[in-house]
Amino acid sequence: MEPVNVKMDELDLRVSIGSLKLQNPVMTASGTFGYAREFESYVHLQRLGAVVVKGISLEPRAGNPPPRIFETACGMLNAIGLENVGVDRFISEKMPYLSALGVPVIVNILGDSVDEYRQLAERLAESPGVAAIEVNISCPNVKKGGVAFGTDPQMAAAVTKAVKQGCQVPVIVKLSPNVTDVTLVARAVEEAGADAVSLINTLIGMAIDLKSRRPRLANVIGGLSGPAIKPVALRMVYQVAQAVSIPIIGIGGIASAEDAMEFLLAGACAVQVGTASFVNPRATEDVLDGIATYVREQKLESVRDLIGALRIG
Amino acid sequence: MSQIQQKVELIQSEVIAAGTVRLTLNAPDIAAAAVPGQFVMVQTAQGLDPLLRRPFSIHQINSEGLLQILFKVVGRGTERLAQCRTGEQLSILGPLGNGFNLGESGNACLVGGGMGIAPLLFLASRFLQQSHGGVTPRVILGARNREELVPLMGDFLALGIEVLAATDDGSFGYHGLVTDVLKTLNLTSQSSVYSCGPKPMMAAVHHLCQKENIPCQVSVETVMACGMGACLGCAVPLKAGGYAHVCSDGPVFEAGELLWSL
Ligand SMILES: Cc1cc2nc3c(=O)[nH]c(=O)nc-3n(C[C@H](O)[C@H](O)[C@H](O)COP(=O)(O)OP(=O)(O)OC[C@H]3O[C@@H](n4cnc5c(N)ncnc54)[C@H](O)[C@@H]3O)c2cc1C
Ligand SMILES: Cc1cc2nc3c(=O)[nH]c(=O)nc-3n(C[C@H](O)[C@H](O)[C@H](O)COP(=O)(O)O)c2cc1C
Ligand code: FES
Repeated sequence: MEPVNVKMDELDLRVSIGSLKLQNPVMTASGTFGYAREFESYVHLQRLGAVVVKGISLEPRAGNPPPRIFETACGMLNAIGLENVGVDRFISEKMPYLSALGVPVIVNILGDSVDEYRQLAERLAESPGVAAIEVNISCPNVKKGGVAFGTDPQMAAAVTKAVKQGCQVPVIVKLSPNVTDVTLVARAVEEAGADAVSLINTLIGMAIDLKSRRPRLANVIGGLSGPAIKPVALRMVYQVAQAVSIPIIGIGGIASAEDAMEFLLAGACAVQVGTASFVNPRATEDVLDGIATYVREQKLESVRDLIGALRIG
Repeated sequence: MSQIQQKVELIQSEVIAAGTVRLTLNAPDIAAAAVPGQFVMVQTAQGLDPLLRRPFSIHQINSEGLLQILFKVVGRGTERLAQCRTGEQLSILGPLGNGFNLGESGNACLVGGGMGIAPLLFLASRFLQQSHGGVTPRVILGARNREELVPLMGDFLALGIEVLAATDDGSFGYHGLVTDVLKTLNLTSQSSVYSCGPKPMMAAVHHLCQKENIPCQVSVETVMACGMGACLGCAVPLKAGGYAHVCSDGPVFEAGELLWSL
């Protein structure tokens, strides 16, 4: 692994997400960084702002049949099917490594029902290393005919309340972009007690193989991520920043420090790097080094000077 | 774990047959750590398109730290790689995945189809080293025709390894399938078969080995985004139910562990 060559000591890169204090605004995006250990030979993990792990459900899930991924222009489609080891194995097998890293561990959760989300929060609240919970509401509500929680403000609020009741740690609600007006859901979860929102999750997309006339993904449709979605994500972060007063975490197509700082300017307090880590496993650290260099060169008092500093008109 | 992300220099690019290219990279750190069956993820473009790295088996390494990949041009990524010039820097990740489990050289039979021979050359070299050049493993190569097959044999012959060839059209070697050739070798449960190639071929090799009680390892391919166990995109179904991940559980598997839907 390359040595750390950007000096950070004298720089103020700290940000806070409610009561959660981060040494810098760069986190990993759920489902793109495994359980962190996968990246230990590429990234100085202890330098990250926080680690967000793969979405966890109450029971283990096997995931979708292959093909699960397909590359598209400047991006990729995925239909992994939320494969994960389940909360019990996560706590016994993955948490010991994660909590020893010395950076906040944010656990992404997903469920089929409001009650499942509550139970997950309760289980994770018993695990001391969990710094915050990120709630993936882009999942279908099985009891409500499979409509995604994240597309209905009332259902999103109900999930938020349930998770808040289940645990004491900060609760971040991860918004779905597959809605007409993202600010409606953002406001609903803020009212329901969310400590922060993160956005965006993947945009639903599709690709077809002309030769076989079959969908490229066995699941037919999947989530689009990567640089292709950045402008949409940035627009949504900007809109949500106008609509709520809780902290926002920007996600979507971030591959460089410049990308990340656009999100800060649009109103995000922190960012998550996703698909870029597949291409460049060091992407999170490169983004961090780039932000640090910018803060030094521009002689900013702190990285927080950038947050919401967009100039319009 | 000792995976490395590195920019390495392209030392040589050779077109060994129409649409088949061999790249020689100066990658001493990765070469030193690599075992046969492992692969590298290669970035094919500087910019964002194509976005994802492409996986390639480690074809051969030498003591000077050179690492070779051998590939067929099938799409945009491989087309770009085929155009790379000597002296260019390529970003690669590796060595990735789990390699072959090496038994005894004398009992080994390597069965490759088309580009599936890529990891088998490195494997054959290791077998030779292991037996100090004494006992050579047996190698069966299959391809569509003479033009495809002959260029792939050269490296094995150079190592002093005899190659049993089979072509679909009979233009070179045996007229038929690699499994027909495999049957004539009278392998036993003491033997070990190592196979890589098109899925139907590996399925046929597996079924034959299963019937004859011969241990068989296969190297399988899927689409990949990360190559390091992070995206969970490279799933293959397991016989016991559920999925394995080709990049982190494989790409080499005991053939009997996988679900062969043929
Ligand atoms: C572990 C591993 C090792 C590999 N080793 C080698 C190797 O040594 N030599 C070699 O030539 N190839 C190898 N491959 C396959 C190689 O990665 C693909 O051919 C390559 O990614 C195609 O990239 P592209 O951009 O040129 O094609 P794309 O534009 O991505 O695709 C072009 C066409 O090729 C098909 N294709 C893409 N990937 C694969 C694949 N994995 N298998 C079959 N068809 C595919 C696509 O469906 C499409 O029809 C390996 C794959 C894996 C997973
Ligand atoms: C392969 C893959 C798996 C993902 N898994 C999850 C997940 O389990 N939970 C979740 O909330 N988001 C998941 N995401 C969404 C990402 O966290 C992120 O929101 C999205 O990919 C957009 O960011 P990016 O463009 O930087 O990748 C996944 C994305 C990808 C590409
Ligand atoms: S390719 Fe990403 S997990 Fe295997």
